[in-house]
Amino acid sequence: MIPEIGLAALWLAAALAALQLLGGLLGAGENGHPLAGVVRPAAVLQAGLCGLSFLCLLYVFALTDLSVLLVANNSHSMKPLIFKLAGAWGNHEGSMLLWVTVMALAGGAIALIERRLPERTMLATLGAQAFVGLGFYAFLLLSSNPFERLVPVPPEGNGLNPLLQDIGLAFHPPTLYVGYVGLSVAFSFAVGALLTRSVTPEFARVMRPWVLGAWIFLTIGITAGSYWAYYELGWGGWWFWDPVENASLMPWLAATALLHSASVLAARDALRTWTIMLGVVAFSMSMVGTFLVRSGILTSVHAFAVDPERGSFILALLAINIGGALAVFATRASTVSEGERFSPMSREGALVVNNVMLSAILGIVLLGTLYPLLTEAFDVKVSVGPPYFDPVGAIFFYPMLAVLVIGPLLRWRKDSFARVKWPVLIAAALGLAVLVAAALLSDISLLALLGLALSVAVAVSSFVPLRGRSLRRLPIAVWGMCIGHFGLAVALFGMSADSAFQQERLIASNVGDVVNIGPWQARLDAVKPAAGPNWVAMEAEMKVSYQGGEWRDARPQARHFWTPPQETSEVALITRWNGQLYVAIGNQTQDGRWQLRLWWKPFVTWIWYGGLLIALGGSLALVGRVAGDLRRRSAKGKLAERREEQEASA
Amino acid sequence: MRRLVALLALILALPLAVPVLGQDSLPPAPYAYQQLADPALEAKAQDLMITLRCLKCQSQSIADSDAPMAGDMRHQVRTRIAAGEEPEAVRAWLVSRYGDYVSYKPHLSSSTWPLFAIPVIVVLVAGFAIARRMRARK
Repeated sequence: MIPEIGLAALWLAAALAALQLLGGLLGAGENGHPLAGVVRPAAVLQAGLCGLSFLCLLYVFALTDLSVLLVANNSHSMKPLIFKLAGAWGNHEGSMLLWVTVMALAGGAIALIERRLPERTMLATLGAQAFVGLGFYAFLLLSSNPFERLVPVPPEGNGLNPLLQDIGLAFHPPTLYVGYVGLSVAFSFAVGALLTRSVTPEFARVMRPWVLGAWIFLTIGITAGSYWAYYELGWGGWWFWDPVENASLMPWLAATALLHSASVLAARDALRTWTIMLGVVAFSMSMVGTFLVRSGILTSVHAFAVDPERGSFILALLAINIGGALAVFATRASTVSEGERFSPMSREGALVVNNVMLSAILGIVLLGTLYPLLTEAFDVKVSVGPPYFDPVGAIFFYPMLAVLVIGPLLRWRKDSFARVKWPVLIAAALGLAVLVAAALLSDISLLALLGLALSVAVAVSSFVPLRGRSLRRLPIAVWGMCIGHFGLAVALFGMSADSAFQQERLIASNVGDVVNIGPWQARLDAVKPAAGPNWVAMEAEMKVSYQGGEWRDARPQARHFWTPPQETSEVALITRWNGQLYVAIGNQTQDGRWQLRLWWKPFVTWIWYGGLLIALGGSLALVGRVAGDLRRRSAKGKLAERREEQEASA
Repeated sequence: MRRLVALLALILALPLAVPVLGQDSLPPAPYAYQQLADPALEAKAQDLMITLRCLKCQSQSIADSDAPMAGDMRHQVRTRIAAGEEPEAVRAWLVSRYGDYVSYKPHLSSSTWPLFAIPVIVVLVAGFAIARRMRARK
């Protein structure tokens, strides 16, 4: 019964989306329409129905109701409850239901609380949101029904990919999805503003919290995904330029650019068309990412060609949404005037550099991700990997960071270099000193060298905007900016230090052997079997010591899962403030020794701390902006009240 | 009790593991999980291995993969580097054996030139557009 309720709720939500689209379209016209009144209630109700549907899915997974096909295919009664729930979105149908649920919740939220824009613009925005939503409802209901029943009911489910049975990964996809889908709001606002020709600073202020929110989730999602790959895959890598990773990076790059251009539009009424364009591009990248991950095209272009139903559906949605938005853009962009002008040496100028460079990096990631798929369609297989993305990306990333040293110090509209000369020169000198010192100390790659230098320069300059200002009265959003930029520097420092100074040791070790790696000693004491609810493992009991200090435990495992059968590596991570010792155990060799893999990775944890700092900066900016909006709203309310009183008394 | 279950499971899994062991004993690949003694040569091999694709995995280099084939390839790379071959010669040998697909390092060829041409064109166009806009303002 519960699955049928979920399915019915979904159909009702789709019908409401159709109503919302119709009302939005009619109501956004010059003369309005009575149906406009249903738009906001429809959006809110739709959010409730989608939420209900998703709860139904969680319920059948929690109970392991094997009469539901999706549960039988992806769950198992022996799994811990948290992974049963995570199984609800760890598959195609469930994740698409999560997608429409988040999208409906976001649409419901703007319908409920957003009243600052002209009502016509809001109707067009909610109409656009409903249009995008309808496509995904159709996809879900026609080709990916998550509630399909299975007859006869099997005695047991197929399980969940063991790699995914990890608490970090249980929450990784929903985090990313909130980010992906949050950008749909920016998309709808952009389309709504274009349709009703009201691209104003107010539009940017209304859109900005949504972009910030989505961007924070994307940042956390990418950071967590990277850390997951790092400790779960067992070889110490933390970013592979894998298409699935790129799929999450591309919306992030676009959202980062959008965030910065929206702040130019909000503060200075410049970059109007560009901001609209980025709003469209950001969500398009979310959809491209979903297409890449969900269509199966990544495993093989040919496999995709054999069973193209789902892939073609998403591709069609992609084409309709992006094509439609671009068509609106093409016909309306010329009616949006250019906006305020500014000199190249100004805050706006620096932010334009930021936008151009981020767009270039986005273009390269997109090209490098799609290119192998294109050539494979012509039966030419090529690989595009780190040796392409790292240097070609850095060509744009590093100059952007150089501008980041100076940009936040500049004033709006027009400024001179002389005014900010000293802090910039000091930051540059420190960066240069690090460059020379690192180059003299050891033989490291140019990319890592420049990365170390730039991270130091950016870290120093990121707090210069606080100089000479009363720290208590500083807007929270400025704190957010400083901490976000500092976080970027911290992350870059971690990446560069890890690639420059990491040490690796692969060894076949007897019980009792001591291995030296960098400043660490590691001793293998024993290898014993261990077991969990759905796996068995060989566990190494090891002791490790940093520079001859106290001996700490390290217990890496080689795990074997049986539903479905798969081997995984549970690494032992010994964390210090200045890096991590990474220990993995492999197979036993024929002469009875154990293969051990050890890495000393200096400052590697700073990559993820940096990512979290970036997200923290974004959160502070979000809090600051929303608090400012609320203050303004209450001030406006009081003003209106007073005016009413005056009129009443007059 | 858990230990017992684990042991039991291992014993039950043993017959399944035998064919795997049999495979392992075919061509021994000692350098799959063992570094070269000379750190300079090992660094050379490592730099090469991170740019070679594991053909059995998704987007992993042979330097970060558990796949047996990646292990064999690591063994090949390390023995050839130890025998004095240049990294690029080893790469060329692997490419001749497995095709361009095995190498992550992009090189200009009839099938890869757009990867380099498109960014250059985009930069030129963007630069031109910005320059024109800036000039128009003055």
